[in-house]
Amino acid sequence: MLVSIYRYNPEADEAPYMQDYEISIPAGKDLMVLDVLNLVKEQDSSVSYRRSCREGVCGSDGMNINGKNGLACITPISEATKGKNDKLVLRPLPGMPVIRDLVIDMGLFYKQYESIKPYLNNNTPAPAIERLQSPEERAKLDGLYECILCACCSTSCPSFWWNPEKFVGPAGLLQAYRFLADTRDTSTEERLAELDDPFSVFRCRGIMNCVNVCPKGLNPTRAIGHIRGMLLQREI
Amino acid sequence: MVASITNLGRSGLYDWVIQRLTAVILAVYTLFLLGFVIAHPDLQYSDWQGLFSCTAMKIASLLALISICAHGWVGMWTIATDYIKPTGIRFLFLLVTAAFVFVYLVWGIDILWGA
Repeated sequence: MLVSIYRYNPEADEAPYMQDYEISIPAGKDLMVLDVLNLVKEQDSSVSYRRSCREGVCGSDGMNINGKNGLACITPISEATKGKNDKLVLRPLPGMPVIRDLVIDMGLFYKQYESIKPYLNNNTPAPAIERLQSPEERAKLDGLYECILCACCSTSCPSFWWNPEKFVGPAGLLQAYRFLADTRDTSTEERLAELDDPFSVFRCRGIMNCVNVCPKGLNPTRAIGHIRGMLLQREI
Repeated sequence: MVASITNLGRSGLYDWVIQRLTAVILAVYTLFLLGFVIAHPDLQYSDWQGLFSCTAMKIASLLALISICAHGWVGMWTIATDYIKPTGIRFLFLLVTAAFVFVYLVWGIDILWGA
């Protein structure tokens, strides 16, 4: 199998380039893209990428696989090459500064995540045991809390490419709604006030690239719609 | 909270609501005009003039004109802030856009209500 990988070492290379590797896949096996990358690494140990849990939990190996963002560890090569010729093209997540090869600088992504205050705020006296939720209240967090911050969604979003310092991005907004929807959080008003400007939420144009790529099957566009609804209700 | 002084309203929510509301107004107005043209297969100048000289149509046209100005500004502002990064060029682009919007608005009012 022909594997083409984006290579860039800022200390040695003037410009990024694509390097091809011929990898022999064991017959009758459908490897994950990460397994293929490991085989490449055996050939050329200078190829750099992030990986950790290798089972879609840690979110380290988000990359652009044949034009679509995804986690290398849970993307089978059969799926990645479906409808295309038998070639695997791996690039770093788009729109972010490249540190080396497939490793990107996630600084802005984390800064936006931090900006939505991803923790519970509650100014009422702490109860003796814990703050309870009904099963219905807890169910509101389903489809929100599962995000692993792999950045596949935000780096597939043109609005985030053009304004990564101002637009929170789908991952951050999914988490913003996760805390807006949490009945144990008492800072809803402050959270909404922070999001009411023309960029933070409203730069989303609803093209749903985020939904298309999310390896966890989450729906940031719907969460953004809910935030807009809350902002609207607050002002009417 | 990201500050901005060049967008239409005071908040992102305001711009968003304005853009959707004006889109509905423009859609209804356009569909009505389309329906009018379809309903009059052999359309004459007198039919067209008759339509636009009635007060209800003038009000609807003015509403559509104001809508297109607001809608256009929100849209052009979004395009400018997405794609034009140098502040000077963006400011110039927005200035030209504002001038066009203003001229179209005054000119449109003159056509609708002028002598």
